Amino acid sequence: MATEPAGREPEHRAHHWARLLLLVPFVAVLWVPFYNSLEPMLFGIPFFYWYQLLWIILGALLIAIVYRVEH
Amino acid sequence: MNWTAIIIFVALFVFVTWLGFFAAHWRKGDLGLLSEWGLGGRRFGSVVTWFLLGGDLYTAYTFIAVPALLFGAGAIGFFAVPYTVMVYPIVYIVFPRLWAVAHKHGYVTSPDFVRGRYGNRWLALAIGITGMVATMPYIALQLVGMQVVIGAMGIETTGWVGDLPLIIAFVILAAFTYTSGLRAPAMIAVVKDLLIYITVIAAIIVVPIELGGYGKIFAAIPSPKLLLAAPPAGSWGSFSAYATLAFGSACALFLYPHSITGVLSASSARTIRRNAATLPAYSMMLGLLALIGFMAIAAGVQQLPEFADGFKRYGNNFSVPSLLLFAFPSWFVGVAFAAIAIGALVPAAIMSIATANIFTRNIYREFVKPTCTDAEESQVAKVMSLIIKVGALVFIFFIPFQYAIQMQLLGGVWIIQTLPAVVIGLFTRFFNGWALLIGWLVGTCLGTWMMAVMNFAPAYPLHILGETIPCYTAVASLVVNLVVSFVLSLVLNAVASDRHKDMTVATDYI
Repeated sequence: MATEPAGREPEHRAHHWARLLLLVPFVAVLWVPFYNSLEPMLFGIPFFYWYQLLWIILGALLIAIVYRVEH
Repeated sequence: MNWTAIIIFVALFVFVTWLGFFAAHWRKGDLGLLSEWGLGGRRFGSVVTWFLLGGDLYTAYTFIAVPALLFGAGAIGFFAVPYTVMVYPIVYIVFPRLWAVAHKHGYVTSPDFVRGRYGNRWLALAIGITGMVATMPYIALQLVGMQVVIGAMGIETTGWVGDLPLIIAFVILAAFTYTSGLRAPAMIAVVKDLLIYITVIAAIIVVPIELGGYGKIFAAIPSPKLLLAAPPAGSWGSFSAYATLAFGSACALFLYPHSITGVLSASSARTIRRNAATLPAYSMMLGLLALIGFMAIAAGVQQLPEFADGFKRYGNNFSVPSLLLFAFPSWFVGVAFAAIAIGALVPAAIMSIATANIFTRNIYREFVKPTCTDAEESQVAKVMSLIIKVGALVFIFFIPFQYAIQMQLLGGVWIIQTLPAVVIGLFTRFFNGWALLIGWLVGTCLGTWMMAVMNFAPAYPLHILGETIPCYTAVASLVVNLVVSFVLSLVLNAVASDRHKDMTVATDYI
């Protein structure tokens, strides 16, 4: 790869790209006004609760993706 | 007295006691070495580490207190969920590096790393003492979880005789920790976690059926508890409090000595990365468990005469036990309560081991007897783990419960002050050891003062550009700590750099 900066392994580069994904869960749960609402409900559970529970799963998936890319 | 529940509870407790002693023979190592007694020989693979860290971080107190917070305060108590969402990306990025450098240099504690990285034993001492002081009330609170379930089975928990079950449990805990070290909680954690999973899954299925579905449960919650209060004009109100509480707690969790012990006992850096992706299963369980607080409101347990005494004695912490008693047959209550009580033993054991490791490595060996042999070192740690448990018992029996909670809240503010030295130290050696020590001191004093002024409410109202921004004290004081450390490092690096004292090299961090 000609565009590779000197002294950097390709693996190292992939490392940096994928890790940016790990910022997404922070944005998703720190932006409180976005999810502090009752609607839309899911099975009678207000948005506030199921949205945050959903991010536990999405956060784990993102970590799994980063792990896959790196190993 | 609930005899069926008590018999099942005692039977499970006896089983884990046997397991605790048996653990000494598991993957046998020389327990005369601190890395064997205190880190299980750094040999735990992905599965054992998953159970160990799960059992270590999601404690009995968590299972009682988080639903109790939702029960009492409503939506704000759900901050435990975004907290655990943010913690694992941090674990993935940061802690494999700590594992790698610790493995290379034989570090057993985070102050060991700080000592090697900065060559400054006073900084290491500050980090070590912070860890010990922050952990002590945490161990004491584990006992509270146990006390509540013992009381809920109808056993008298007042007076001298009332303290007896707790004392027996702690003697057992102390004995198997002494003989087996970290192997004991690792093995018991497997049993504890399976019991907890069974309990939670049963609760989130059975209780909503009995109460008529999740829709009915949420419909029964008074609306001020259902969402965060909208902030008044000119203030970020509960929004910034909620976000900073979650973020600060996520930053602090893995700085606690018991978390570090769990991380360092893993067999490889890859084990830690895998666990960052799989441990959220516990977060899911905690999130669902938190909803039990709302189920307890919907079931109206507080109004039932048979639970009046329990609520009077244990306050909102009685919401989970009372709901379990309300919804399940006695035999299952026995299983669930055993899960909570054993869930107290696992973290209490790991916390006492972690604290003992710090005392031995960073106080005894560093300041008292630098020439001590490996066997002596291991022996001091074993004895220290006993002393720490006695201390926790004294704490719970002689100091009002409220102080234990306040101390634990303060513990979070204190432990986060070790972040610049430990976490940032893993990525850069820009900071100067003395600068970090002064930053730590400023952050700790400021954080303590803010907590005291706010009468131990965790959020402090900052006034920035005419806006009021309530911010978790730990986060606000950490920012000041970082600024002080940064500015002083700029100065000290120019006049008296200590970079030559670094015993580690870049390749040690993978």
